Amino acid sequence: MGLDFSIVPKYMDIILLGCAWTIGITVAAALLSFVGGIVFAVIALFSPWIIRQPFRLLEWVFMGTPLLLQLFLIYFGLVQIGIDLPAFVAGIIGLGLHFAVYNSELIQTAILAVDKGQMEAARTLGLSRGEALRKVVIPQAVRDVIPPIGNNMIALLKDSALVSVIGVSELTLSAQRVIGKTYRPFEFYILAAAFYYVINLGMEWVQRRIERRISISR
Amino acid sequence: MTEQTDFVEIRHAQKSFGTLEVLKDINLTVRRGQIVGIIGSSGSGKSTLLRAINDLDPLTGGEIWLDGVQVNKKLPHRQYEKHINAMRQQVGMVFQHFNLFPHMTARENVTMAPMLLKKISREEADALAREQLDKVGMLNRIDYYPSQLSGGQKQRVAIARALAMKPKLMLFDEATSALDPELVEEVNMVMKQLAEEHMTMIIVTHEMDFAASVCDRVLFMDKGVVVEEGPPEVLFRNPAKERTREFLRKHLEGAK
Repeated sequence: MGLDFSIVPKYMDIILLGCAWTIGITVAAALLSFVGGIVFAVIALFSPWIIRQPFRLLEWVFMGTPLLLQLFLIYFGLVQIGIDLPAFVAGIIGLGLHFAVYNSELIQTAILAVDKGQMEAARTLGLSRGEALRKVVIPQAVRDVIPPIGNNMIALLKDSALVSVIGVSELTLSAQRVIGKTYRPFEFYILAAAFYYVINLGMEWVQRRIERRISISR
Repeated sequence: MTEQTDFVEIRHAQKSFGTLEVLKDINLTVRRGQIVGIIGSSGSGKSTLLRAINDLDPLTGGEIWLDGVQVNKKLPHRQYEKHINAMRQQVGMVFQHFNLFPHMTARENVTMAPMLLKKISREEADALAREQLDKVGMLNRIDYYPSQLSGGQKQRVAIARALAMKPKLMLFDEATSALDPELVEEVNMVMKQLAEEHMTMIIVTHEMDFAASVCDRVLFMDKGVVVEEGPPEVLFRNPAKERTREFLRKHLEGAK
């Protein structure tokens, strides 16, 4: 049985729908991981011991265990304590929190790297520490950290394929379903790979635009 | 009461880092509208003293009073934070390395604190930015980011930023030390203009000529004490203490 791509257009709608899910889940999880990363970084650096220590444990859970396990835990495990999340929501939360922990590490380093004079200048004007962090330090840290966060977001896109195992019909699972009907694994896996590549290009384009916009204000 | 005639009063200021004593029983009074210069070699404690006035480097002993209110009064942590933020709004500070906010335009640098802390409207903030930036000759750069400005221009925006809070007192911590020589004058001009408007100022500086031309009084500090103080024409031309003479001589040689 040779390769035959002529079969592809017939199943294109399923693959495109899968693409839409992948993009939707990736964007939502990316936003969650970004906002979560900032919140986690502030907790890790500035919260009192009593909050910071339990948070460390949570951080370790997200960094030290497989994302797949985390997704199972959120989707199947939480049901037992009465939290029954739709699969795509569980996927977004799992991916988002997992990458929030990685983004938090980057943002923490960047916050500490912001020149001490920035905090001093803000405090001198009469801002409280929290106001100075919010208005002056964190915006600069976030700008510095856009390129490495961009790399994390590419990793997030690739790992979004894992949510197929909890039954979200994203790109990978859509390809598998089509293959189940057509017995054409090569064609459809290649097609899925091509779509991942295109989404990747799109993300890089967005990242470059953001970087260009902020380059003047650093 | 002395607090009312003396606008800034520093009583027995003492500051140690561990066993290192950087300020030793310093007393200083500044009257409203006075301009006081502080000179001395690096490590003399002059910047530490300046930074103690708005509590950036809190004293370990002694008192600082501003316009009848003690800056470093003993309060529970939360209350103290509130108190010190209110005090700092009345004291403008200009740093050697400008410390402009790089992610904000000149306009935003000037308006951020007044908008946040004084809750002024966008229109008022806009008028304020124009007024203050015009004063330092930077109105034509109002929408520039710091990265697009020269050192002298950055420092002028930093002065405008401090003035926008309408401070009662301005502190200058070697405001021209990081500038290329040809950019020093434009910043000095702005400071002279403030002097003419009778802004109360305390100026830590390495520039003896500038100190001589604007200050009402100059302090020479060495090893954490005020060695000598007086009007600039006396302190620079006819210093009483040997340490002052030595410092000025070395400084003159260095300048040549």
